[in-house]
Amino acid sequence: MTDKSAKSEGGLDSKLKRATVAANIDTRLLAMIGAVAVIWLFFHITSGGIFLSPRNLWNLSVQTSVTAILATGMVLIIVSRNIDLSTGSLLAFLGILGAFVQTEILPLEGAHSWWLSMVVMVVAGCLAGGLQGWMIARFTIPAFVVTLGGLMFWRGAGWLFTSGRTVTPLDSTFKVIGAGSIGETWSWVVGIIGFAVLVTLTLLNRRRRKALDFGMRPVALDVVILAAAAVLIIAFVMTMNSYNFPRSEDGRGIPVPVLILIVVACVMIYVANMTRFGRYIYGYGGNPEAAELAGVNTRAVVIASFALIGGLTALGAMISTARLNAAPLSIGQLLELQVIAAAVIGGTSLTGGVGTIIGALIGALLMQSLQNGMVLLGVQSAPQQMIMACVLIFAVWFDVIYQKRRK
Amino acid sequence: MKPLVQMENIYKRFGGIHAVEDMSLELLPGEVVGLLGHNGAGKSTFIKMLSGAYQLDSGQIKIGGDVVNITNPSSAKAFGIETIYQTLALADNLDTAANIFFGREILTKFGALDEPAMEHAAIGVMGRLNPQFRKFKDPVSNLSGGQRQSVAIARALQFNARIIIMDEPTAALGPHETQMVADLIRALKREGIAIVMISHDLHDVFDLADRVSVMKNGRHVWTGTTEETNKDEVLQMVILGKLPDGSYAPGILSEENA
Ligand SMILES: Nc1ncnc2c1ncn2[C@@H]1O[C@H](COP(=O)(O)OP(=O)(O)OP(=O)(O)O)[C@@H](O)[C@H]1O
Ligand SMILES: [Mg+2]
Repeated sequence: MTDKSAKSEGGLDSKLKRATVAANIDTRLLAMIGAVAVIWLFFHITSGGIFLSPRNLWNLSVQTSVTAILATGMVLIIVSRNIDLSTGSLLAFLGILGAFVQTEILPLEGAHSWWLSMVVMVVAGCLAGGLQGWMIARFTIPAFVVTLGGLMFWRGAGWLFTSGRTVTPLDSTFKVIGAGSIGETWSWVVGIIGFAVLVTLTLLNRRRRKALDFGMRPVALDVVILAAAAVLIIAFVMTMNSYNFPRSEDGRGIPVPVLILIVVACVMIYVANMTRFGRYIYGYGGNPEAAELAGVNTRAVVIASFALIGGLTALGAMISTARLNAAPLSIGQLLELQVIAAAVIGGTSLTGGVGTIIGALIGALLMQSLQNGMVLLGVQSAPQQMIMACVLIFAVWFDVIYQKRRK
Repeated sequence: MKPLVQMENIYKRFGGIHAVEDMSLELLPGEVVGLLGHNGAGKSTFIKMLSGAYQLDSGQIKIGGDVVNITNPSSAKAFGIETIYQTLALADNLDTAANIFFGREILTKFGALDEPAMEHAAIGVMGRLNPQFRKFKDPVSNLSGGQRQSVAIARALQFNARIIIMDEPTAALGPHETQMVADLIRALKREGIAIVMISHDLHDVFDLADRVSVMKNGRHVWTGTTEETNKDEVLQMVILGKLPDGSYAPGILSEENA
């Protein structure tokens, strides 16, 4: 039986079928990458060649990182039929909490202040998210209501620490999280490690499938994918390296927030696709009753998903406050909507069950590219918001049509 | 022979609806029991208390003679009870292997999902039911009704069940697939697996079942072997609650007049 299916999978007919299946999954992703490319070209031309300069791309990558980090968590929340409106406020709360801890509880510039405050932020983020998840899962209060409460609650809670005063300056080591970059050499090292990991994963996957004696992707396809990845990595590192430090020949290299984003993205892709938790998120989103009947502890899954986005919000809070060297109460306003928009533009369906981490990353890049480009063109912030709103509605409309067409 | 399952005097209410009232059923190893009744008779509700999907209000369930407490679907599975639900309970966005192993995934030694191993096993078990099936990479929403039903059945077969509950397992199947399921039920029976089969197809039931049990309005009407009755009598019991001897089962008439 296995033998037969292994052979027939290599047959011409099923090869064609598999190609279309693979293409089906990718058409949407390709369309989004195409949209980003069009946006980049448009802004590059209209801005007189500023948009695609290393300096602007470097800034764009930093601006994208917080939205993108949160969007990876939001994908899992929306896939499992929930929503989180509290992330912007929670980010402000955690930012203020961290600043308060590292400047007022611990000695400012103390040797351990920076990392201890980070630990406090992550723990508090997971607890806050988990608390919201618990209310949603345990008492079946709609996520919309609980996190709308969170939206109002957390910013107020942040105010309590400092009575509204903006904490500044922050620890100088901590500032690296938001404003630092790793230099040219280390950027190449990161690029090479990234490529080596991709090659290893491809080989491991091939070996595993071979051991079980069935269907393997053609070697040529794997080689093409890896070659494309190599080109992208090289282009990325070269771009980041060609934006120099002021009055210096040295390139800045990959910004620390982007490095954090890369790590988060890898972990989240792994969590979503390769762990039980990820499988339960998608299965629960596809059919909550089926998950229940399959014996999945659906409450724990929902609580964990909110604790996870709480932890990611803590990372976002670190980057945002470190970049500003301050923790103002106004930080992260409307961020939750940007994050949701990024996930939705990236193909996450609000009806649940559908969405990818990669899509959300591209969605975040698309949103941020629009914003960055409009700033370059001198568009005022009011029309900016109106345009973003239209983009979001257009993206959801596109999703509705796309989902219908697939049926 | 010692009964494998004894469900005794089971009651279940949903708000004001008495879905199941004083219903009992016994299952011997290697026995196929057909559970029959009108739409809304309470068949699905009754078996869901054995599957762990619902909690019984009163009554008791014994497995191998011991009273057990089935609190959720996982505890039923731990007793070797597998269920093919009437709604199939598939996650439409997941593929065949992911659905078969949903809740019981195979993991690698590093704790990650072992996709190749699950797909491999899925190809094996689906081959027993539907050898032509090839759409292993598709989400099950892309499958036909019959293929989806095959996936739901495959999920029950994958985990060495002692007791399999089938709530209308062949409702969406074509004649050929129905024949495959019938052959499968006979094969499972030879392995000593006990099967509860809910079906509206009296022909299938008389073909496969050793005994039939009839429910009406949540109550027990009659239980006996297929030899001691016939389709016409069973039809009378299903529709009217009228026993072979012309009398009515306790509680049935009063319900009807109420
Ligand atoms: N979750 C529920 N909540 C409220 N009422 C329910 C629920 N499930 C079933 N019922 C009611 O209990 C009664 C028995 O339903 P059940 O689904 O067990 O019937 P059935 O014999 O399986 O019917 P069918 O042949 O149509 O599948 C019906 O009146 C139904 O409306
Ligand atoms: Mg039913």
